[in-house]
Amino acid sequence: MNIPHVVSIKLYAAIFAALLLLTLSTTGMAFVDLGGDLNALVAVAIAIVKALLVILFFMHVRYSSRLTWVFVGAGFFWLLILLTLTMTDPLARGWLSPVGQ
Amino acid sequence: MSDTPAIHAHQFDDPVQQHEASWLGMWVFLATEVMFFGGMFLGYMFYRSAYPQGFASASDRLDIWLGTINTAVLICSSFTMALAVRAGQIGQNRLVMIFLCLTIVLGTLFLGIKFTEYYQKFEERLVPGNDFRFEGALVSSAEIFFSFYFAMTGMHAVHMIIGVSLLTALIVKTSRGRFSATYNTPIELVGLYWHFVDIVWIFLFPLLYLVGRHLG
Repeated sequence: MNIPHVVSIKLYAAIFAALLLLTLSTTGMAFVDLGGDLNALVAVAIAIVKALLVILFFMHVRYSSRLTWVFVGAGFFWLLILLTLTMTDPLARGWLSPVGQ
Repeated sequence: MSDTPAIHAHQFDDPVQQHEASWLGMWVFLATEVMFFGGMFLGYMFYRSAYPQGFASASDRLDIWLGTINTAVLICSSFTMALAVRAGQIGQNRLVMIFLCLTIVLGTLFLGIKFTEYYQKFEERLVPGNDFRFEGALVSSAEIFFSFYFAMTGMHAVHMIIGVSLLTALIVKTSRGRFSATYNTPIELVGLYWHFVDIVWIFLFPLLYLVGRHLG
């Protein structure tokens, strides 16, 4: 009937193990001083990898139709617009000084 | 017209199209949820860039180990949820019930640990308001951090409670034999919701517990 893609238990277990490992490594990295904002970047990068694993495999997006990809992509694309366009203001403040100062 | 029994609603051509429509509808809802949590993440980013030191020293007051354990608990619950959806797809209803029960147990465990953390924060008077106490000169920005902490983890916990209720409803429906290998869409959609709530925590954990430990 609705022919769902049945993912093997082995693959689910591998994703599960990877997620736990990434969790431990992100906590471990917090105890190493990488200097400046690099710690935050590494932590967020690990979180993005974990989120991708969950979305692609646990949420079956990897096996879903192209139209589903568009819907999923639209949600996160607009989030990216929200975050980057807004943050350009506070992050770029002070790059230029007003004329005459 | 074919004479196979109609197991899809009349507005759909066939069960495949109905299934696809349900998934797309759920993803539209999840996109609105991305926007909803996105606003709070944006607020957090903005104020963190304004008060990096205050956020770092406030973040140090959170228990990194309770946070790590809770992240692991939630990932375990996502795993059991994925297995419940899989069991539903191949029509093994007994396994569906077992994995849904496990997911509820793990979800409740997460909420219990979260409750313990909240309790500690109340004891340490780290709840924003008249009673807020924080050593040092960074009181105001630390209070902003804890406002975000309670708002974001609180909204996440509300989503967890809704998720546990949905799982309970699924268990009742499964026990009444409503699902089979040919129709199990509700289990799949609740699965999507549960994984989404997991993803929110995957970002909350580093941002609240880990980020800026070396700035403070």
